[in-house]
Amino acid sequence: MQPVISVRNLSKVYEGGFQALNNINLDIQRGEIFALLGPNGAGKTTLISIICGIVNPSAGQVLADGFDVVKDYRAARSIIGLVPQELSTDSFESVWSTVAFSRGLFGKPRNDAHIEKVLRDLSLWDKRHNRIMELSGGMKRRVLIAKALSHEPGILFLDEPTAGVDVELRRDMWEMVRELRQQGVTIILTTHYIEEAEEMADRIGVINKGEIVVVDEKKALMQKLGKKQLTLYLQQPLTAIPAPLQSYPLSLSEDGNTLTFTFDVQSETTGIAQVLRELNNNGIDFRDLHSSESSLEEIFVNLVRGNREARP
Amino acid sequence: MNFYAVRAIYKFEMARTWRTLMQSIASPVLSTSLYFIVFGSAIGSRMVAIDGVEYGAFIIPGLVMFTLLTQSISNASFGIYFPRFAGTIYELLSAPVSFVEILMGYVGAAATKSIIVGALILVTARFFVDYHIEHPIWMLSFLVLTSITFSLFGFIIGIWADGFEKLQLIPLMVVTPLAFLGGSFYSINMLPPLWQTITLFNPVVYLISGFRWSFYGVADVNVAVSLAMTALFLILCLLGVWWIFKTGYRLKT
Repeated sequence: MQPVISVRNLSKVYEGGFQALNNINLDIQRGEIFALLGPNGAGKTTLISIICGIVNPSAGQVLADGFDVVKDYRAARSIIGLVPQELSTDSFESVWSTVAFSRGLFGKPRNDAHIEKVLRDLSLWDKRHNRIMELSGGMKRRVLIAKALSHEPGILFLDEPTAGVDVELRRDMWEMVRELRQQGVTIILTTHYIEEAEEMADRIGVINKGEIVVVDEKKALMQKLGKKQLTLYLQQPLTAIPAPLQSYPLSLSEDGNTLTFTFDVQSETTGIAQVLRELNNNGIDFRDLHSSESSLEEIFVNLVRGNREARP
Repeated sequence: MNFYAVRAIYKFEMARTWRTLMQSIASPVLSTSLYFIVFGSAIGSRMVAIDGVEYGAFIIPGLVMFTLLTQSISNASFGIYFPRFAGTIYELLSAPVSFVEILMGYVGAAATKSIIVGALILVTARFFVDYHIEHPIWMLSFLVLTSITFSLFGFIIGIWADGFEKLQLIPLMVVTPLAFLGGSFYSINMLPPLWQTITLFNPVVYLISGFRWSFYGVADVNVAVSLAMTALFLILCLLGVWWIFKTGYRLKT
């Protein structure tokens, strides 16, 4: 299937020489929720800005639904909606007029029924006559989403959509994003909240220092790069790991009361059975055990750290 | 052509005018009325006629032109500067619109506002001074052409400015002195020969002279030269805007 967004050899060097993006290649599939993760200054917003036409690329090509975002900018931009990171709004305008303005700007004829639906879906209907300056930060964020949805885009970019919003609104937005996906909208979101990507994304891309570090299905990523740990709470403390067990990836806590066994999720044999057998052979009893899996956050930190260490 | 976008920008900008009616329309009309009271009625009654035109009537084209210049620049520069200042420019840059459509929306609205103000000043002037318009079609042509040209110039200033101070710099420090010294209140034939020559380097002279000709059939410079100079400035402004959008100057990084 042809990707809905195709980024090829994309680079961006800002005036002054700062390389924000370095030879990025990325495909986004139609109808998926794609989360782009990366630390501050990694290049997330630059990448989105180039796709949306706000920043000029230095090299490379981006296709949106087969249209070149530079050469066929009209066709490409008309199917893209963008919710920016900053709360940039027309403070003196009413909610209704600013959303209606966005629809016209993107070349769509007036459709009050659609705007009403968008405002109702985002719980903005009661505020439609309010000036934007009278709204809370969370409501302003909703207005930006309403503006982006006003022209019925097939691709929606959400740049840090839940930055600075409360837990309830965040949950509402996640729900809205899922509904949009069900309607066939492709969603690309950047986020600092790993929890957000873990909760919503189908696929995840990690970007660091302007380079894509990894792109994979969320589950596959967690399986590939995630670690599992088995923690054993011992009956009697140990002073050291017995010699027959030293070949296993075990670590002993400082107080000698817990042994932790770390293993790869993707390994065919985890080695748990052998470890337990060896413990039994050496007369080491345990009163409880607990297993845990790496969170996406830990995977992300490891990836970024690994990428940092690999480069001078 | 994305007509919906042109209409959206135009309506959006015009809505700001109606929302700020006092500042957009009432204020320039009031200040120009004061000029008519002071220079037209009070001082003007003691002045001799210039080129056969009563002084009160003589200053009308100059005052209308002066207001057109300042209003066009200020409307257009603020119209494009404010989205840059507020950060909402992202939407314009990410929309499927060409620079021609952006110009049609912003410059069209700014010029419309200036023409409304200019028309209101002409109506207001009727309360203070008796005047006539000899060439109404030419008067309208100069009015529209000047409004569009200086709205384009204002658009360029709105892109160039990186602060509110710079936004005011050109209108206050350049355009206002040029308008005052360009024959708004006098005929340049009243100046000594050297100053007449120097004044011909002031582009506003041609605008005021051409506009005054459309009223009374008298001009400081040939009306064809006035028209050519206005058209030249229009072309220069268009080239400037074309370059801005081609390079993304102050709009895109």
